[in-house]
Amino acid sequence: MEVRWEVFLIILGAALVTFIPRVVPLMILSRFELPEWGMRWLNYVPISVMAALIGQEILLNDGKFSSIANNVELFAAIPTFWIAVKTRSLLGTVLVGVISLMILRMFF
Amino acid sequence: MSTQNIQLDAIPSPKQEDSFLKGVKDCIPTLLGYLSIGLAAGVVQKTAGLSIAEIALISLMLYAGSAQFIAAGMIAVSSSPVAIIVTIFIVNLRHILLSAALSPYFRHLTPLRNMLVGTLLTDETFGVAINQTVNKQQISEKWMHGLNITAYLNWFIANIAGAFLAQWISDPDQFGLQFALPAMFIGILVISMMDRNKIKLDLVVAILAVIIAVASSFVFSGSVGVILATLIASTVGMVLEKWK
Repeated sequence: MEVRWEVFLIILGAALVTFIPRVVPLMILSRFELPEWGMRWLNYVPISVMAALIGQEILLNDGKFSSIANNVELFAAIPTFWIAVKTRSLLGTVLVGVISLMILRMFF
Repeated sequence: MSTQNIQLDAIPSPKQEDSFLKGVKDCIPTLLGYLSIGLAAGVVQKTAGLSIAEIALISLMLYAGSAQFIAAGMIAVSSSPVAIIVTIFIVNLRHILLSAALSPYFRHLTPLRNMLVGTLLTDETFGVAINQTVNKQQISEKWMHGLNITAYLNWFIANIAGAFLAQWISDPDQFGLQFALPAMFIGILVISMMDRNKIKLDLVVAILAVIIAVASSFVFSGSVGVILATLIASTVGMVLEKWK
């Protein structure tokens, strides 16, 4: 149950460089009235971040393109998107996604 | 803004502010995703040679999925502490954008209280929070803490459970659970787009973000790819909206 000194320093440093980007914009930007274009720009951030994360998760495998034929995650994404559109339920979407991949894994 | 605030205060709001407990409940859909990734992180960190105490510390202090995987991998191959910290800084830089995007909804709080809101910010809690903002001018502080703290405890428990399970599970990717995370992102993306009434523009931005994220991750790293994709695709969205 020991904590090595070097590992502790790594965790402390990593925690600090993670903490700052998390809190500084909230602390500073909430003080100002942002210009209209700034608000409009921020409005697209959630869409862009989520789409970028999904794209990398589904299309890439260890930093390389997964071949389309073997990419079970890409196929599992189809029912997942469909359920998300139909039900608008986050929990339902997660469950259908996991079950889809599990079923696909049995066959491929 | 100040006049708006006064008006809002003067009119008694018909709905009460969202409670801590509602935040806890709204976190439930993300728990499975956190749990599976946290378990996997616990297994990977244990296999990389971290002790249970170190895993507890890293999940409580760093509290960031991808960064913890990277830290475990780099500690296992004895990378220098500076290299590990710099890598994690880059990987987690996208939080600047998430934090900035939430800031207009927390204008009613002091900087110190905003700091507390941001301390436990993740992709997932950001997604849930931003989906709450339709037709709202602010997010309840109590609600946000309910959401954040539930996610945080679940993450810690999952990491520790994964560390104990490491002796039996060699491959945490079994059972389709690794798809819980992308599925959650898909849910957050689709639900927020459907609430916004600008589907066409949003689709253009989303597809552009995917292309940039994937293409630039061949040149740079995956996390730089996400930041570039967000910066460029959001700018295109902003310009197109103005131009239409």
